Amino acid sequence: MGKHVVCRVDEIDIKMGKLVHVEGRDIAVFNLGDRFAAVSNKCPHEGADLCAGKVFGFPEADGPGCYRVSDRLMVRCPWHGWEFDLETGRSYVDPNRVRVKPFDVSVSDGAGLAEGPYQVETFEVETDGKYVIVEV
Amino acid sequence: MTDTTELVREPQSKPEQKLGLVDCDIHPALSTPGELGPFLPLRWREHVREFGMRSPNPLMGALPYARIGHGMRRDSYPPEGGPPASSLAFMQEQILDPLNIEYGLLHALNAGPSVMNLELGAAVCAAMNDWQIDKWCSKDARLKGGISVPQEDAEASVKEIERWTGDDRFVQLAIVPKSLEPLGRKRYWPIWEAAEAHSLPVGMHSAAYGTHANTGAGWASFYFEEHYSFAHTAQTALISMIFEGVFERFPKLKLVLVEGGFAWLAPLMWRMDREWELRKGEVPMCKRKPSDYVRSNVWLTTQPMEEPTKVKNIAHVLKWLGPDKLMFSTDYPHWDFDHPDRVFKVGLSPEEKQGILRDNAISVYGLN
Amino acid sequence: MTETDTLERPLTKVLPGAIDCDIHPRSPKLDDLMPHLDAYWRDMLPERDIDRLELTTMPTSIGSWALPGGTDGVQDAASLGKSLLDPTGVSAGILNLVNGVQALYDPYMSTAICQATNRWLASDWLDRDPRLRAGLVIPFRNPEAAAEEINRYRDDKRFVQIIALAMGEAPLGRRDFWPIYRAAAEAGFALNIQPGSIYRASPTQSGYLSSLVEEQVHQTQGFASQIASLLAEGVFTEFPEMKTVLAGSGAGWLFGLSWRMAKDWRGARVEVPWIKDSPDDIIARQVRMTIRPLDAPPDPADGAELIDCIGSPDMLLYSSDYPRAHPDAPGTWPAEIPAEYAAQICKANALATYPRLEVTP
Repeated sequence: MGKHVVCRVDEIDIKMGKLVHVEGRDIAVFNLGDRFAAVSNKCPHEGADLCAGKVFGFPEADGPGCYRVSDRLMVRCPWHGWEFDLETGRSYVDPNRVRVKPFDVSVSDGAGLAEGPYQVETFEVETDGKYVIVEV
Repeated sequence: MTDTTELVREPQSKPEQKLGLVDCDIHPALSTPGELGPFLPLRWREHVREFGMRSPNPLMGALPYARIGHGMRRDSYPPEGGPPASSLAFMQEQILDPLNIEYGLLHALNAGPSVMNLELGAAVCAAMNDWQIDKWCSKDARLKGGISVPQEDAEASVKEIERWTGDDRFVQLAIVPKSLEPLGRKRYWPIWEAAEAHSLPVGMHSAAYGTHANTGAGWASFYFEEHYSFAHTAQTALISMIFEGVFERFPKLKLVLVEGGFAWLAPLMWRMDREWELRKGEVPMCKRKPSDYVRSNVWLTTQPMEEPTKVKNIAHVLKWLGPDKLMFSTDYPHWDFDHPDRVFKVGLSPEEKQGILRDNAISVYGLN
Repeated sequence: MTETDTLERPLTKVLPGAIDCDIHPRSPKLDDLMPHLDAYWRDMLPERDIDRLELTTMPTSIGSWALPGGTDGVQDAASLGKSLLDPTGVSAGILNLVNGVQALYDPYMSTAICQATNRWLASDWLDRDPRLRAGLVIPFRNPEAAAEEINRYRDDKRFVQIIALAMGEAPLGRRDFWPIYRAAAEAGFALNIQPGSIYRASPTQSGYLSSLVEEQVHQTQGFASQIASLLAEGVFTEFPEMKTVLAGSGAGWLFGLSWRMAKDWRGARVEVPWIKDSPDDIIARQVRMTIRPLDAPPDPADGAELIDCIGSPDMLLYSSDYPRAHPDAPGTWPAEIPAEYAAQICKANALATYPRLEVTP
């Protein structure tokens, strides 16, 4: 298990995702506005890239026509719209059998990263930047 | 073959070997609404500008059963802009090359067949056909067109079919199942006659709007219902064409039901046979058991692939239907796209898979 | 019903003591209804030629419709006993009247005739044979009055369900009809959907079909659309205690619907977020189907696979669909349904479907 710097925070627009490669894995990283989340990139259903999906609040209803949006954040697959919980990786429609792997994500500023134990393989870290860290 | 899908397993990103395949349902799009203009005679351009293009869709330029995610694969927007599947280069990059598509059959969805002014409808269909050749088929030989016809006017439809005689860039006739009358009725027979004479299978693709309510009890409320009801339009066309004797009169006519699902067909065959046994005196023009005509004249495309919770039940359906009736399709760039490497959750023999992915379509459409 | 002494293998006849969930009495004539009408309608109806209420889509008078002798067998309670109930040995039979009262446009005329029809069913049928039960005929064009009619029969448990048509006034899930379902659910009525159209809309999305045989084949679309509507609009989840029974639908087609709805729910459920379980599960829980006719594979050995595709044997109810003509005689056990399911399909499933149905053992 290592911590990997995968991108600058401003490389991902709010509610959108980005594909990163860490230790041979394809990981979709999402900007949730106040924090980041990451899950394995391939949708287990038909293999779409979840990084191309969009992050939504979770629509629920107490009865027909009584809609509300809960703060549970989900990525909706860019093809068939299956929803995956960004905290647990579980799908809404079949949470036990259909899920993706979630990864821990944090944000750190460049100055702290110089001291390790972070793996910075692909790019220069600037001390005044903010970076997304994925634990794999 | 197991009861549970293996969806939890992390997928292999590369399949071992790519089989050439035929995609029986790709939807090319106009980059801009004006892109069709140059293919329309001036008279009709002016007509559309002054009087509009009236169709049974109650909304102008939008679908009353509002789609979700615009009804598109969210990753199918071309980087250079424009709607999904409006760029040949991006279509090549996103599906034709990576999926090793040997032939991609275009269904250029358009209002022409449903426009209420029949002459305008004929002009729109003709323009869509010219546009298919100009923008797609002449630029990439893998892409094969479907001749769009103003199907409520059989005479004009036959004229449009004859305009393309001998042009093998068109491999089928594009018919919408939401017709004014059931498609087995005589008013449509000149179209079936021409299709048979020109060896053009009839590709019948579900359509978003039509003249009649989408359930026998009136209009459904939700897209969730409307989307399912597409299957019914295919069923109705099939029932009508069989019992009205279309395949008896045009025995070489091929009917391909596109994007209507396929799980329903086996039970419908059983039901048609039973009811025909009871009442065949009413329909002497339907001489054989209805399921016989399905066996000899009808095929279906696979998308949207049936996905029962118990995966093994697909095997029963394939047994009842016969895997030779199915032809693979992606429906690119629509949201319910099927991927050839991932769509078959149930075990198929290599021959069955090769048939569904490629060989059945090669033979039905006479490709190669 | 004792299983041990009656189970033949293969089973060829319905088990004795079964509950027949779909029998069609003749439609009442004006003379039958007159004693049950109020003064206004007693004056009015004879003037307005409302006598023969026969649906074009359910043409009971045409030659090919009924079994030989079938029309005579449903003239009255006595003839039904002799022609069907005694020979098949059933413990109870549910009368489902499908006639043209559904097609009337005048909501008050429709209400008056429904009320009179129910009284006639009670006095001329239910009172005369203790084995008989019935579906209540209600005016879908007047939902308030329909709910009142249901409440009126709350205590008469011989009425076990309400009758709707596969292609009636409007998609059955619509909120306009919820007062009906509220009353039905509270009193323990099931919702019974019968084949037929009243031509409010054309039966197909491509207009009217040329032949009766096509229309019969096509009925499954009406049923499927109604299930889709009840599901999508939330009736199944709002009124979970009310089962929906599809009568004479063919049953075998169901998985073409339930698989597709389940698939689309996974991707499009955000449109209908009140649906919280997979539609195939909801359908298996809420929907029941009678077994005659049965859209079944040519090889009876495939029957168990068909039932697995449909969902489960819990969803099936024994029926004769008498007096409609089918290839085999009423009371014949369908070769496609494995004998081990016979006990539940003949009786237990019906008792679980109809909370109002009480049968003396």
